[in-house]
Amino acid sequence: MSALGIFSQLLALVTALLLAPLLSGWVNQWRHWLQNKSAPGVLQPYRMLHKLFNKESLMAEHASPLYRFAPYVIFSCMLLACAIIPTISTDLPLSPAADAIALVGLFALARVFISLAAMDIGTAFGSLGARREMLVGFLAEPALLMVLFCASMITRSTSLTTIVETLAHRDLMIYPSLLLAGVAFTMVSLAENARVPVDNPDTHLELTMIHEALILEYSARHLALLEWAASLKLFAYSCIGLALFFPWGVAEANAPLTLLMALPVLVFKLAAGGMLLAMIETASAKMRVFRVPEFLGTAFLLAVIGLLVNVLLGVG
Amino acid sequence: MNSFTHPATWVHLDWVLLVVAGWLLIGLLGVAALRRLRLVAIVLFPAGAFLSVLLMAVALSAAFAAPETAVLPLGLPQLPFHLRLDSLSAFFLLLIGAVSAGVSAFAAGYFRHGEGTPPGLICLEYHLFLASIAMLVMADDAYVFMVMWETMALASFFLVMANHRIPEIRQAGYLYMLVAHVGALGILLCFGLLQANTGDYTFANMRAQQLTPFWGSVAFVLAVFGFGAKAGLLPLHAWLPEAHPAAPSPFSALMSGVMLKIALYGILRVSFDLLQTRIWWWGVLLMLVGLATALFGVVFSTVQVEMKRLLAYSSIENIGLMCAGMGLSLLFSAYEMHALSALALTAALYHMISHAFFKSLLFCSTGAVMHATGERSLGRLGGLIRYMPWVAWPTLVGVLACAGLPPFGGFVAEWLLLQSFLFTTGLPSSFLDMLVPVMAALIALIAALSGYTMVKYFGVVFLGQPREEKLSKARDAGAWERLGMMWLVTGCLLLGLLPNQTIALIEPVTRLLVHGGLTQTVNDSGWLLVPVHIDRASYAPAIFLLVVLASFGLSFLLVRRLYHGRLRRVPPWDCGHPWQTARMQDTAEGLGQPIRRIFDSFFRITRQLPTAFDAQPHYQVTLEDPLWYALYLPLARWVQRISDIVGLLQQGRIAVYLMYSFATLVVVLLLVKR
Repeated sequence: MSALGIFSQLLALVTALLLAPLLSGWVNQWRHWLQNKSAPGVLQPYRMLHKLFNKESLMAEHASPLYRFAPYVIFSCMLLACAIIPTISTDLPLSPAADAIALVGLFALARVFISLAAMDIGTAFGSLGARREMLVGFLAEPALLMVLFCASMITRSTSLTTIVETLAHRDLMIYPSLLLAGVAFTMVSLAENARVPVDNPDTHLELTMIHEALILEYSARHLALLEWAASLKLFAYSCIGLALFFPWGVAEANAPLTLLMALPVLVFKLAAGGMLLAMIETASAKMRVFRVPEFLGTAFLLAVIGLLVNVLLGVG
Repeated sequence: MNSFTHPATWVHLDWVLLVVAGWLLIGLLGVAALRRLRLVAIVLFPAGAFLSVLLMAVALSAAFAAPETAVLPLGLPQLPFHLRLDSLSAFFLLLIGAVSAGVSAFAAGYFRHGEGTPPGLICLEYHLFLASIAMLVMADDAYVFMVMWETMALASFFLVMANHRIPEIRQAGYLYMLVAHVGALGILLCFGLLQANTGDYTFANMRAQQLTPFWGSVAFVLAVFGFGAKAGLLPLHAWLPEAHPAAPSPFSALMSGVMLKIALYGILRVSFDLLQTRIWWWGVLLMLVGLATALFGVVFSTVQVEMKRLLAYSSIENIGLMCAGMGLSLLFSAYEMHALSALALTAALYHMISHAFFKSLLFCSTGAVMHATGERSLGRLGGLIRYMPWVAWPTLVGVLACAGLPPFGGFVAEWLLLQSFLFTTGLPSSFLDMLVPVMAALIALIAALSGYTMVKYFGVVFLGQPREEKLSKARDAGAWERLGMMWLVTGCLLLGLLPNQTIALIEPVTRLLVHGGLTQTVNDSGWLLVPVHIDRASYAPAIFLLVVLASFGLSFLLVRRLYHGRLRRVPPWDCGHPWQTARMQDTAEGLGQPIRRIFDSFFRITRQLPTAFDAQPHYQVTLEDPLWYALYLPLARWVQRISDIVGLLQQGRIAVYLMYSFATLVVVLLLVKR
């Protein structure tokens, strides 16, 4: 564990914490522009967090300790997720602690906690949201795992840093399995981040919301942590996508100077990705909840086909 | 040979026999104190728990020792009991001891007056069960194996029937007995084949026989059938969701946590140890049956509305996953790929021991909930985390472990399983090469669904608002129950956080069965779990947990420091809807509805829809197991028909029977004459 490793680990964490709300703001900004609305400004998420942290927290009388702790647990899970994904460097001391499977487990842990917290108050919307979240989750989770496995089969590793290093150094060629996985990944990340075809981040319409229904009862600092965790999740997913499909420009242990370039490259890639996300969201319509299993089932099958194509072609 | 002369010269086997004798003594004392509940609860069950801890310690030390054998002068004159304690037996003794210690402590606080069978008799059956399974895993000939197998079946049958005044329980017990016997038949025939006409039923002789591929395959299929009936493999699973809810909770815990594993022990013993040939399709068969069982189990467990049935189906799922791991190991072993075979077997064994802990814990928690509330239906529970924190929080650990989430034991097992399924290239058949990674996809789906089930279980029972008035008077678990659950929680945590140490325990078993182990890579890597190579995959649950806890603490402190910690308790908001009642929460049926809809071809669904003119509209939906109608009922009809035909012989008149004897005699004479 080198000093540079610790430095790049800390840098990755701080970058994630600071950039995540900005990314949400950026996506929102573009969405408003594309939909011909006036945008609130890219810094709006920071102002929102600051406001929420300042407020007094209101909590239901019979809320249990689980409900109080859940936001911290979820926030910590997302932070760890961002720490192990190679965002700006592959020289991460924490990375051996959790590989791609553990990363999916980490997302699942956060999802279970947010669903349990939503059921804790015992309101109609809370349990409805929990049910829908788990419905999305149980299909999205294996699909995400399959996408990661596609990359693992090519690189013969489930360690995220090894995947990125191997993929970045390969010859520039199109892997058909990665192509299929890319489509599947896009679908999964839309679902997992409560984005338009599956959920609407702006809605408070009772019958359609998923993510908002889960955090309906939270207020002030707890809500702030959950919102921050949600933007960290978007950041983490974007970075997984970048790591699997555009792994170039990430610094490595043997080339410390590339760390200087890695941050601007990451910001550039995220900005482009955010724009793309806003375009997808604008161009698609929200689907009924019971179309979601079909949507995610397609993603799962695409990823499995990717895996099969990989085995068939014997790449790797 | 063992010697009963002086304790200093005792070997591990003698200590295990001492524990078994102790359990039998406790059981007999229980009969002597038939209705004295306090004596049974405060002295006998804790003493049993103490013996379990002793067994665990012995097994821990025996795991690394050389195999020991003994011949007990029990049984029939020409058939003494052959016993052998090798690392496979030691591993299962460890599992039995570790889990039963917690469950016995829980049982000390569990049994009450006036619930069916008197406490003393339950004490006898319970300890007889423990003694028989401890002897079973040490059996070294088919005779003692079958005697102990049947003792286990009988003791467990009587425990399932503890509340025999309820008709459903009698039915469940009958079904359990029936399947147990059909299974025992398969095992008996399997042993018959394994001894290959030598007439010598010791396992040592069976190991020496070289069966032809055909008879070897028949023996393997019979073993999978016979032991699979006990383990709940598809399609012999029907008894499991009936018997588990019927039994008293501590015993459900033992059945699910220990007995199902003993059935898998049988498969392991026969297919990895006794049979000398291994054929690739055996592994594929076991894998396919295992995965089908797992998928079936998890889909059914998501739609259950009764606590223990939900957990029973979840056990079916876990058993399926273990079988899949064993099957993969067998497949690799058939192709002499020892390292990969060891990885898959390690995953299966890891899953066995962690499942033993978390499922026993969950069954104990249902027992505590049922005692406190008198309810077993999910639809009448809710909000218990506020009234029964000593049950709720341990259950949360069990639920997270069962859902296969890091950093608990279930996740390590699933992680190893996925690792072994993922990197299989190198199998001689390209078709298998393709099949195995696709199975990884199925395992991922099953794991995710079990998360759904567990959220449903915990959320409906412990969270939300109480669905009945009386729940707010629920009393928390007593001291012994807490102790037992805490023991099991500790096990779940240790298994999750110390994977390398656990694998070191499993390693002698994999060395024995598949001539490979993970220790070399595991030992060099400290806190990191590295099954193959650091570049390929690694996982460190302790660091994982540490980072999550650290960022939990830091974010908590920072928020308090930089801002404030003001909090006001108010009525729930719920989008401003007033008059919230507990009935507006999602029910267990509601939580199962998406699964019902997505996987509707798995179920036999009957719906009763209200018409537009009903004064009191009523909607009813029943979910049933299609296999029950496709397989069990037709089979029962055939058996009935054949028995009717055979019954024609029975006339009830002595003259007719004498004529049968006469006819038989004539036929025999004719045959002899010829």
